[in-house]
Amino acid sequence: MTTARADRLQRSPATSRATPAGTDGPAESAGPAQPADPGARARGRRQRRRSQLIAWGFVAPLVAYLAAFYVYPLYRNLDLSLHHYTVRSFVDNDAPFSGWANYSQVLHDPTFWPAMRNTMVFTLVSILLQYTAGLALAVFFNRGFRLSGTLRALFLVPWLLPLIVSSSTWAWMLNSESGVVNYGLHLVGVGPVDWLTSPNWALTSVIIANIWIGIPFNLVILYSGLQNIPGELYEAASLDGAGSWQQFRRITFPLLRPVSAITLLLGLVYTLKVFDLIWIMTKGGPGNASSTLATWSYRFGFGSLLPQFGPGAAVGNILILIALVFGLFYIRVQRRQAA
Amino acid sequence: MRHLRRALLATVLATGTLASAAACSSSGSTTAGSGTAKAAGYTFWDPYPQFDATSDWAKLVASCGTQAGVTVKRTGMDTTDLGNKALLAAQQGNAPDVMLVDNPVVSTLVQAGILNKTSDLGLDTSAIQSNIIGAGTVDGASYGIPIGANTLALYYNKNVLKAAGVDAAGITNWATLTAALNKVKAAGKKGITFSAIGTEEGSFQFEPWFWGAGGDLTKLNNANGTAALSLWKGWVSDGLAPNDVLSNTQTTSWQEFATGQYAFGENGTWQLANADKAGFPYGVISIPAKDGGAAPAPTGGEFVTVPVQKDTSRYDVTKKIVSCLTSSTNLLSTDTTLSYIAPTSAVQAQQVAKNAELKPWVTAVAAAKGRTSGGLGTKYPVISEQLWTAVQSALSGGKSPQAALDAAQTAVANHQG
Repeated sequence: MTTARADRLQRSPATSRATPAGTDGPAESAGPAQPADPGARARGRRQRRRSQLIAWGFVAPLVAYLAAFYVYPLYRNLDLSLHHYTVRSFVDNDAPFSGWANYSQVLHDPTFWPAMRNTMVFTLVSILLQYTAGLALAVFFNRGFRLSGTLRALFLVPWLLPLIVSSSTWAWMLNSESGVVNYGLHLVGVGPVDWLTSPNWALTSVIIANIWIGIPFNLVILYSGLQNIPGELYEAASLDGAGSWQQFRRITFPLLRPVSAITLLLGLVYTLKVFDLIWIMTKGGPGNASSTLATWSYRFGFGSLLPQFGPGAAVGNILILIALVFGLFYIRVQRRQAA
Repeated sequence: MRHLRRALLATVLATGTLASAAACSSSGSTTAGSGTAKAAGYTFWDPYPQFDATSDWAKLVASCGTQAGVTVKRTGMDTTDLGNKALLAAQQGNAPDVMLVDNPVVSTLVQAGILNKTSDLGLDTSAIQSNIIGAGTVDGASYGIPIGANTLALYYNKNVLKAAGVDAAGITNWATLTAALNKVKAAGKKGITFSAIGTEEGSFQFEPWFWGAGGDLTKLNNANGTAALSLWKGWVSDGLAPNDVLSNTQTTSWQEFATGQYAFGENGTWQLANADKAGFPYGVISIPAKDGGAAPAPTGGEFVTVPVQKDTSRYDVTKKIVSCLTSSTNLLSTDTTLSYIAPTSAVQAQQVAKNAELKPWVTAVAAAKGRTSGGLGTKYPVISEQLWTAVQSALSGGKSPQAALDAAQTAVANHQG
């Protein structure tokens, strides 16, 4: 039942794409019922060609959009990463082809492995805790108590706030001298923590802020997934004597699996490329303590007075590759579920 | 089931719109940038987005255009943005006619080959103090005219020093300064605040101490450089400087000083107007060198530059606009507005005559040196990035000052230009 649902979701774009041609179908199939004269066949062919043209007409804006906003930037990024750009060759557009030199420079940079580790820790811890908190809240709100709608709406606030507002607010709250968090710790008798300026805490701080921002997204999707689980299943389960934990473990969680998979994948892609939050809160510092591949790439391109576009683009491409690997992994899991 | 599909569709649509909105906004700004060039009028870019069309600065720019017989379209943008936009515009062949850029950016733009020499344009730079124009000089040729200069000094809070029994006049070297900070801390106030953030600002603020110890930007990790970093590190570990200097910009550092809790704040000429509003009596001393005397501070401030144009007939009018902007009368009013020190001694004398408080700043500017001077040019940005990284890792306790500077020096050496 769940697999069927996921299946239909996946196929729906294909069905809709077939629609323009499909509407002409009945007219065509009506043809053979009439006496088969060559004129009608030619008309049929013309009609088919026309409907094909119309189909392309529908697709064209999308293709143009994808080419302008996805293919070209991707190509340009690849191009940048394969040339040795200096400021002069950037302006004159005559940068020499340098093969994989930018990639090897980036891979041998002492910042690479710390940044990679930070990216992984940041991404995995963030999505794990976002998902857990989102799921807990979704189950909680699914009971539908009074004011649950209002409360649920309030939980969406982090999603609605511009990132610059929420990250600056977090940065103020976590400030080691005048932040409200340290003030709170002081009230309960704990010494101040250098949230953003200690190499041991900086990554944790940006992860905490990122989890807070990501919970609403998980909550919304998982909540709508929960709505689709028929109530009879729970009734039947409780008649069979299943407690609430067993109901969660044996009904809710398995039936949510397809929704969970897409939530986690989207969360992963969002989190891998988080840049603004970290840049506003710590600039990847102190030192490189909270640098991720995304902030590192930005720093190459725009962080110093002398831009290094080649290595910056190379780091960006590595990031895209990582996201792609997880995307393919997701598709495989989907397929296995469908089979 | 339908519900779920709709939710997912909504999410996909929402992210799609967000992504395209972002794409639109970024492409929109670049087209806006390129669209401003090659219009009927002359284009002018500056890093002063805080000045709108009604400000004195904008009026001055407009009037210089009118005097030259053209209309000038001014665009103000963030200073880091300006450098990138300039490179992009030059690549697409529509750089502005006149561009005001932060002084360390000049050598990068020269490296990119997009600026004209002032001598080629026939602009006279002989009256400008050599240490100020030095930041815009590459291989003996100057590529811009400084609109004004600023530098760093130590602001002090007279109330805090009096309560702690410290005499500002007695602070002449690092030892006396650290002793003063200890006294202030013992009196229950906070010592000193500065900016050690991981950007150019962090390097800018560290350099007076680095140079004051005799440090050499081409040998970051020698004993002198290490001494400077150890001084800062000692202050932070002993609680004489707050830990959040690591995330302080010069503006937030100023806000800390303005709370009245701090004895000293390292900040620039441009804060003078705010200092009068701070609500406590303040004084200014130059940053002491390690063994006494004033440390050389880095010069700040912008240069008027003329990017290369395909249509060279535009230069005649451009030259008139630049001469107008850098004439003595206009320098005086501009530098008063910006709270900068003029780059020529004649105008400096006029400034001091009008406002005696500027005297220590004129001295400080005379002792200052350009970050990209001394043949560093485009090596400076590379060195600076490693320098601020080293400051960050040392102050945060990640590395010892020596190890941090060793790593920085290695990274500079490994950098592929």
